[in-house]
Amino acid sequence: MDWDWQFVWQILPTLAEGAKITIIATLLGYVLAVVLGLLLAIMRRSHNGFVSKPTAGFVEFVRGTPLLVQLYFLFYILPEAGITLAPLVAGVIGLGLHYATYTSEVYRAGIDNVPRGQWEAAKACNFTTRQTWRHIVLPQAIMPVIPALANYLIAMFKETPLLSAITVLELMNQARSIANYNYRYVEPITLVGVFFLVISLISVVGVKYLERRFGAYGKRGRAAS
Amino acid sequence: MEMWLGYMQLILQGAWITVQLTAYGCAFALVVAILAGLGRISRFAALRWLSVGYIEFFRGTSIFVQLFWIYYVLPLMGFTLSPMQAGVLALGLNVGAYGAEVVRSAIQAVDGGQNEAAVAVNLTRFQTMRHIILPQAFVIMLPTFGNNAIELLKGTAIVSLISLSDMTFQAQVVRAQTGNTAVPFITILVLYFAIASVISFGVRSLEKRLTRGLDGVRA
Repeated sequence: MDWDWQFVWQILPTLAEGAKITIIATLLGYVLAVVLGLLLAIMRRSHNGFVSKPTAGFVEFVRGTPLLVQLYFLFYILPEAGITLAPLVAGVIGLGLHYATYTSEVYRAGIDNVPRGQWEAAKACNFTTRQTWRHIVLPQAIMPVIPALANYLIAMFKETPLLSAITVLELMNQARSIANYNYRYVEPITLVGVFFLVISLISVVGVKYLERRFGAYGKRGRAAS
Repeated sequence: MEMWLGYMQLILQGAWITVQLTAYGCAFALVVAILAGLGRISRFAALRWLSVGYIEFFRGTSIFVQLFWIYYVLPLMGFTLSPMQAGVLALGLNVGAYGAEVVRSAIQAVDGGQNEAAVAVNLTRFQTMRHIILPQAFVIMLPTFGNNAIELLKGTAIVSLISLSDMTFQAQVVRAQTGNTAVPFITILVLYFAIASVISFGVRSLEKRLTRGLDGVRA
């Protein structure tokens, strides 16, 4: 095995193109996951069994099946229903849906940690359900779980190579086509690995910061209750 | 009808490969996780650094990249692996790295008094670990191990991309041959979910069995 630096410089621009798509897909998918996850968490706590039970079932099902199969499903099924999506859009929806079920569990833990007295106090003050969620429960529930949510951003970032299976030209796909075209696998695939490792290690530092910054919210809330 | 029966058989063959991959992968991951988890809290700095390096490396790079690296780059160094071997190796090493952190935190969660009591009755370090700490820590690890096993099961789908004919691969074959997407993919989604449910049921029963009589002893 030999490592060819010249080849590395030659393929870097193409890989950078792929890295851009990888980052776009991660960010868009994450926004979807964070918003949809909150919605799922709230729906799962609904008093109406026709809302909470199917939501719980959906979350369990999506969490128990592979993202790759879900991506194939979205990518091949939707056109049959007359909805043709660009591969990147299908990929972002798949990632977002899959990780929404994970973030919904994070939100759920946060919501469960809000003391009962807060709900009761809101009721005593004659808040509507919507007002209680918006002004009392969610602010206290979300702050302490921000570091856990950030962890899923990193996890999701590392799953984006799966999008290459539905023809999205992200980093891994670019690396594979370079490798297949030149019959050189060492440099492209190693570079992709290095890219993921570097970003992950940097992100870990970011999460540690978030833990210091927001971890205190949970403790303060509990001490006050 | 007969046609679908044939295709169903194909998918079930794939399901068997998926189950095998999951079983071997979990066994390998368990061994790696315990070794790296113990190494992480070893007295010897060299072992600690080795474990931290392994854990951070495999948690920091994508499983997808690891699998491709093992399958396409290792042969260039003289290790040629079958897709099945590459799959088990990649899944085991990846999930093992996550498991190692579980092992470490579970061992550290065992009450410090247990260690002191073991020292007081003159047990060696190995005896303490083997008979006192690990049995208690294992119960703490179990629920998270169950989740890791399900993550591993879900990870097996990507081996279809290195041409191993697992369940996902077979569903693609059926899709290509029949032009029907919904039936094969819904079938395998349900099958994956069924296998995941069996895993979580198994782990819960095991947990119940192992914690029998421990109520009140554990915090």
